[in-house]
Amino acid sequence: MSLQMNARLTWPQNINSGDVIKLRLLIQHPMETGYLQDFTGHYIPRNVIQWVKATYDQREVFHVQTSSGIAANPFFEFYLKASVSGLIVVNWLDDLGNEGELKQLLPVK
Amino acid sequence: MSVLSTSKRKLLLGLSLGGWVWSQITHAQNMTSGRLRSMEEMLRGVESYPRALKTPLETKVKLYIPLLADNGNSVPANVLVDSAMTQSDHVESLYLLSQRNPVLIMAHFHMGPWCGRAEVNTRLRLAGSQKVMALAKMSNGNWHYHMAEVIATESACVDASES
Repeated sequence: MSLQMNARLTWPQNINSGDVIKLRLLIQHPMETGYLQDFTGHYIPRNVIQWVKATYDQREVFHVQTSSGIAANPFFEFYLKASVSGLIVVNWLDDLGNEGELKQLLPVK
Repeated sequence: MSVLSTSKRKLLLGLSLGGWVWSQITHAQNMTSGRLRSMEEMLRGVESYPRALKTPLETKVKLYIPLLADNGNSVPANVLVDSAMTQSDHVESLYLLSQRNPVLIMAHFHMGPWCGRAEVNTRLRLAGSQKVMALAKMSNGNWHYHMAEVIATESACVDASES
């Protein structure tokens, strides 16, 4: 089953080397807990994101293990010390085995 | 022979009926789904938490969460740890624990000096009113925590989380 999974990662406009920047990550995902029923009374199978990882210039800068205790369309705000312009790669995996990826170049002056 | 007058009897009947109706409503909405975990249970549920440590410290972590959430589907939470995030002094792990959710650990953040700032924001899903705990493991091996209460008038898992 293919699931539409979009993600958005935003950061401040002008980033200088050495700045600590705030990154905001939003992933489109239903995060089904497995406790809810659909209109016909059948349980919707559990499907939550298991982990989200982000690398910056090939170093891991963000890693969170999530469960059904995170709201649908997971949102994370985290901080990062920016040094050089580099690629930020966000990866995540859910219970159905769907893997998501987002690649974005972080420009640093 | 009647000990109670009719009006008193009616009042008692009304009260008990009202109580029963209320209990059915709360049961239907499952506002009390699951059992409230004690603090010890919450800490024991974290695998890396040292068995010998009775209670963590309460000085460095701050958890900001709204006191009243309309429903538990999406509750914003902000965790701030008082740490310089240097190589020698930083947060290693940050847990968000729920007292009532079927799953204890809502999120486990792995952090390090590369963060620059020990702060995380996210949105939680809560199974009703409860206390939420933020638990942090520092690089020197100390554990810090902060608990905040949140009243959720409707649970995020409305039916089957109890079974």
